[in-house]
Amino acid sequence: MKWFTYQNIRRIYSVFFFMLFIVFLLLADFHKMKGYEVSLFLKMDPLVAISTFLTSWTVYKGLMLSLIIIAGTAVFGRFFCSWICPMGILNQWVSRFFNRRRAADDYHVNNYRTIFVLKYYILAVILVLAVFGILQAGLFDPIAIITRSFSISLLPAFNYLTGRVYIKQPLFYGGMLISILFVVILLANRTFTRFWCRVLCPLGGLLGIISGVSLLRIRRDVEKCIDCQKCLRHCHGACSPHEELRASECMVCMNCIEDCPQGALSFGLAGSDSSVHAPLDLNRRRLLETAVAGAVLFPMMRSVVNAQTDPQPNVIRPPGSLDEKAFLSRCIKCGECMRVCPTNVIQPSLLEGGVEGLWAPILINKIGYCEFNCVLCSQVCPTGAIVPLAVEQKTGKSPYNSPIKLGTAFYDRGRCLPWAMDTECIVCEEMCPVSPKAIWFQEEKIIRRDGTEAFLKRPRVDTSRCVGCGICENKCPVHDRPAVKVTSIGETRSATNRMILSQ
Amino acid sequence: MTSKYSNKKKVTDRRGFIKKMAAAGGVIAGAGILGGIFYSNKPVRGEKEKIFTFKTYRITESARYPSFVTAKGMDVEKALSAAIDKLGGITRFINKGEKVLIKPNVGWDRQPEQAANTNPVLVGLVVKQCLDAGASEVWVTDVSINDPYRSFTRSGIEAAVKKAGGKVKYTTENDFLQTDLKGEVLKTWLVSRFYHEVDKVINMPVVKHHSLSRASISMKNWYGILGGRRNRLHQDIHTSIVDLASAIRPTFTVVDATRVLFQNGPTGGNLADVSTHDTVIVGTDEVALDSYSLKYLNLTVEDVPYLGMAVKRGLGVAEWETSNYLELEV
Repeated sequence: MKWFTYQNIRRIYSVFFFMLFIVFLLLADFHKMKGYEVSLFLKMDPLVAISTFLTSWTVYKGLMLSLIIIAGTAVFGRFFCSWICPMGILNQWVSRFFNRRRAADDYHVNNYRTIFVLKYYILAVILVLAVFGILQAGLFDPIAIITRSFSISLLPAFNYLTGRVYIKQPLFYGGMLISILFVVILLANRTFTRFWCRVLCPLGGLLGIISGVSLLRIRRDVEKCIDCQKCLRHCHGACSPHEELRASECMVCMNCIEDCPQGALSFGLAGSDSSVHAPLDLNRRRLLETAVAGAVLFPMMRSVVNAQTDPQPNVIRPPGSLDEKAFLSRCIKCGECMRVCPTNVIQPSLLEGGVEGLWAPILINKIGYCEFNCVLCSQVCPTGAIVPLAVEQKTGKSPYNSPIKLGTAFYDRGRCLPWAMDTECIVCEEMCPVSPKAIWFQEEKIIRRDGTEAFLKRPRVDTSRCVGCGICENKCPVHDRPAVKVTSIGETRSATNRMILSQ
Repeated sequence: MTSKYSNKKKVTDRRGFIKKMAAAGGVIAGAGILGGIFYSNKPVRGEKEKIFTFKTYRITESARYPSFVTAKGMDVEKALSAAIDKLGGITRFINKGEKVLIKPNVGWDRQPEQAANTNPVLVGLVVKQCLDAGASEVWVTDVSINDPYRSFTRSGIEAAVKKAGGKVKYTTENDFLQTDLKGEVLKTWLVSRFYHEVDKVINMPVVKHHSLSRASISMKNWYGILGGRRNRLHQDIHTSIVDLASAIRPTFTVVDATRVLFQNGPTGGNLADVSTHDTVIVGTDEVALDSYSLKYLNLTVEDVPYLGMAVKRGLGVAEWETSNYLELEV
């Protein structure tokens, strides 16, 4: 039983790439990140590259790496799905774990089903919307989904059990929704193997289309083949290797080669006895209908109130973010920024930024605050929704003239202790990281309830200095609803969300 | 007419009957016993958390040695050694085999030149001194206000401690213990558990301006032992500072006046907020140390209420001129 088979090589690669994905995720924090390319999987993802290309007409920096995968797919077929994709590999392992079947059931489960065309329709809607500038690829892209699920759900859950990974247990707003969706995707493998990959994955669909031109494929020698269908037993893609193989579904797992007792299956160029392959089974009319439906969604999605049409006070985006329109056209909601943020302030939004902005990052200063000298989020964003910043750019030190403002702080004088409760405080002033401080105070005389006089330091915001970092809000002792609150107005990234004339 | 499901049950014989009765009896007895054991007229068990108190870290006072020594010089190592030497040497304070905890100011995500945290070179030197004296382990800790990883790394203190052979101890949410501070306004508070696990504690503050308390020097530095909602202390900041300084009395204190944050403290951020004084002050009377260090902030003892309160409570001497002290130039 020789071990040096394509199947075993593929298994080694799949373990390696999944482990690499986990390693990159664990490395993405201040202490360990150094210069490692922690967003590598997102950058080499062709769906991310193509959809962000369609929204902005740029192939941004690291996304060029996706050309390697596109080129490879054009030659070898959908090798990405079984050799590299961490979502696919995880789904494969979960399927294996869930289902110890009799051989007869395996053949049934790995039959091609017409529902597999659904992923091409999902892809069509994503691409059509992208042409109109609406980026929703992040909702369905497998790498974005697995990164987001691990960052927001699985790693924090792991930390809750073991205490290893973070110093402070991260909490994510709306995290249960992402957790449940991920668990449902994994549970779907109980129906049949690799449910997500075969039925829903738009990246799989995209790679399937590109596979149409591949020269190197699984070939079945029709003279050697005895129609035993044993090749179906462990087939990843349910691509019908036993009849006319569907190259768009074949995930190049190489399992069929080893399963065939006659040695009728091989990988490479077509031989003289090789079976024909079946073309992609897409109903052209249905595809057009789906594309039109996608196009109709576009003006509907734009005629709503969201942070683009009407600046929202609680849509505070990470430092380095593009203006809202551009931001939403680049953000794939991958959650890398949420993973790397040291204070856990970056949170997945629900509807604050509109439906278009679901799961895009916003800062919730009650949970954390933006560390003044930190630019980690800008360093991990794969699509440039958050542009890489130098620390001097963010803090406004030379050679930069002014800092990046995320918003402005406002006092609620009905809640602030010195203003409303005759009690000394100014924790906010102490915490303010800019120098000179953006929070200043005046000593004012007050008469207490018992008639005694006292002098209290009462805080105020200097809008010319406030960068909207939120540490004042985060450390305010009136912590259930802080007496000082940052809202997005005054943010540098927006030309219109401004209030002060001179700024 | 017989039912479709016609498997009839065998008639119960005596043995079967007794078995069934015994099993039922077992269930009833079991439920009854469990109910009896766990009966409570309170809906939840109010577990009383164990309350800790600080052990004594101080050594016996001796009139032979000065209360504090200041050493001014460009060479921090020489200055520190000279100061400790005049106080009786490190072995006067640290015994062989003891676990030592050093508490510098590592509250802020700032770089060493910005003087918001203690000088990392100084921290490394004190670690080394303690290890040379035979300490079994030297820990360095603080409960940072900014992110702890960033604060310890960018202040240079993590690297300096590792190089000197010490250990940085980060505090997670589970590393706090309820401790009785026995103060006027501070009763039981969550305190980092590392203080309860060591034999000697050394305070290493940096001299800084503070808008509310006027100065942040050695007594204010004890803020960093607290967890929980410590941002409430500002409502009675001076009494709180005295409470803290009377609850925890270190073996000795090294005041970092090499670089002083004289304005826009305690965070600073601008190099224009820093003045250089190249001075290290080592001593055992924190009130005297704080009073002496006010000169770097252009303040007098009258400007700083907590000093007067501390004197009233017998924690030390604010009229530092009357203490037994030495000023060295190295």
